[in-house]
Amino acid sequence: MLRIRLFEERVNSLYRSGKMEGLAHLYIGEEAVAVGVCQALREDDYITSTHRGHGHCLAKGASPARMFAELLGRVDGYCRGKGGSMHIADQERGNLGANAIVGGSSGIATGAAFSAQRRGSGQVAVCFFGEGALGQGILYEVMNIAALWRLPVIYVCENNLYTEYTPVRETTAGSMRARPEAFGIPTEEVDGQDVRAVFAAAARAVARARAGEGPSFLLCHTYRFHGHHVGDVNREYYRSKEEEELWRTSRDPLRLLAGWLLETGQARAADFERLEAEIRAEVMAAEQTALAAPFPDPSEVTRHVYA
Amino acid sequence: MSTRRDAVAAPVREITFAQAVREALAEEMRRDPTVFVMGEDVAEAGTPFKVLSGLVEEFGRERVIDTPISEAGFVGIAVGAAMTGLRPVVDIMFGDFLALAMDQIANQAAKVHYMSGGKLTVPLVIRTTMGALRRSAAQHSQSLHAWVSHIPGLKVALPSTPYDAKGLLKTAIRDPNPVVVFEDKMMYQVRDAVPAEEYTIPFGAADVKRVGRDITLVATSSMVQVALQAAAQLAEEGISAEVVDPRTTVPLDAATIIASVRKTSRAIVIDEGYRSYGVTAEIAALIAEGAFDHLDAPVRRLGAMDVPVPFSPVLEDRTVPTPEQVAAAARELCGVA
Repeated sequence: MLRIRLFEERVNSLYRSGKMEGLAHLYIGEEAVAVGVCQALREDDYITSTHRGHGHCLAKGASPARMFAELLGRVDGYCRGKGGSMHIADQERGNLGANAIVGGSSGIATGAAFSAQRRGSGQVAVCFFGEGALGQGILYEVMNIAALWRLPVIYVCENNLYTEYTPVRETTAGSMRARPEAFGIPTEEVDGQDVRAVFAAAARAVARARAGEGPSFLLCHTYRFHGHHVGDVNREYYRSKEEEELWRTSRDPLRLLAGWLLETGQARAADFERLEAEIRAEVMAAEQTALAAPFPDPSEVTRHVYA
Repeated sequence: MSTRRDAVAAPVREITFAQAVREALAEEMRRDPTVFVMGEDVAEAGTPFKVLSGLVEEFGRERVIDTPISEAGFVGIAVGAAMTGLRPVVDIMFGDFLALAMDQIANQAAKVHYMSGGKLTVPLVIRTTMGALRRSAAQHSQSLHAWVSHIPGLKVALPSTPYDAKGLLKTAIRDPNPVVVFEDKMMYQVRDAVPAEEYTIPFGAADVKRVGRDITLVATSSMVQVALQAAAQLAEEGISAEVVDPRTTVPLDAATIIASVRKTSRAIVIDEGYRSYGVTAEIAALIAEGAFDHLDAPVRRLGAMDVPVPFSPVLEDRTVPTPEQVAAAARELCGVA
């Protein structure tokens, strides 16, 4: 969680200083969802991610240096600079790619689960998506099929309360859990700021999937501390500063975990300081490595259109 | 590069277009256990056109899989399956229904390899139908191959004979990229020579279906027969027409088309897609770029009329190019009208 937080703080800084181009959608505030879910996975399990995907990639074990390189359009990036922030894929760790079409990866995740079932590999697939994807038809098409075929897929809905710039109450009618439940898919609802709760629920879903019991749906309530993307700075027209402040001060997933570790005597304040210094140094070094990396040769533009 | 059908060992056996498709699938499924078929009513029903009849008996429901009516859903699942070690062959009953799955085709399947910097591949085949004249009206009659030909990352095949249908489909299944194969539903019962021996047809290799010297007729799919009929008619009048079938619009064998036009100095492009912004425009522009100095007349284009395909036979028949129209255009270009 700390690695995601510090990585993204640097991403924010790099974009705002003009060193990164394009779009960046920060995951800060939602770290417990990616970490809690990916902690329940094997390295060879699949995930598909969203346009807000840095956290999922890092939680699945991606290298910060290669992620920075991708965000900076360098040839050393995960996609040789062709994907950018919204398309990072890391096949070696089962990350089938971040997807910039909301709900667009639900087919891929369900297909990976189908493939795992066919090959008898014991792998599971996790599909991360925001609550905005609940408006997309393909999600319901694939949930129907996943339930019919008992596919080992876990649909993880990150409800961060805002579909881009529109509050969830204006985009999503009725009950979120009733949707998968209509297909007979078991659902669980958790506090997405509590990494332990997310992990426990994800572990139950993964166990079900591995046991051949089919898909699950995990609804995680969370909040993005920043705007829809780094340029979304003046956002009082859709959410108040008071609301943001309340989440930052009382619902920060890092602070919540740290508080629990302190209270239960599993860590001391000095441990956090040391950890933060270590990870900050790692992230800064990764950033420097990426900044020093070369851009792709222009001739690269026509490579990889076809395999 | 041009490959000629008679370059293959003399075939003696005649089978239908539908049987050729089925044979291609069965042979590839026997050869490669990761190949499977998925779509609406593909198993026991064998599709409404009966193209897949018998496949489920040999390969079982594990590999011939009926899906719900969910084009976006099952194409998306096929994309994910293709990215993770399987080779799906998806059946989309009518080409019109590609629209329902277009995000999965154009934004996912077509782009995954590039977006991932070459890490991920999508060896997916989508078989679908095209073509009017079955009185199926506006939502079951379109020829939408230009849509997918427009998107980099997809390959597009349009077989015009049983021989090509089998060879191109086998190549599609072995290709590591997403391929969309369009089969004209009016051709399924067409019978022609197909060798019993194993063969494949490379993509990007046009076939000269008839050799001629006065005018080139570039025709795709069902329009190849229309062009051949026109050519036969023209031959009686002393006009020698060459018929070139690109067989794949992506990759497109520009060299064979341009070489033919340089030889004949005249060209008509005939395709059953809507005429505007379609395949005919692309090929005509290509000819203009590659053979302008050799042209004795402007390139002509014949496509489907730019109207939703109507039901009434009297109306529908007017929408698709006919041999008479092709012959008339050819006479005009050759100055014998």
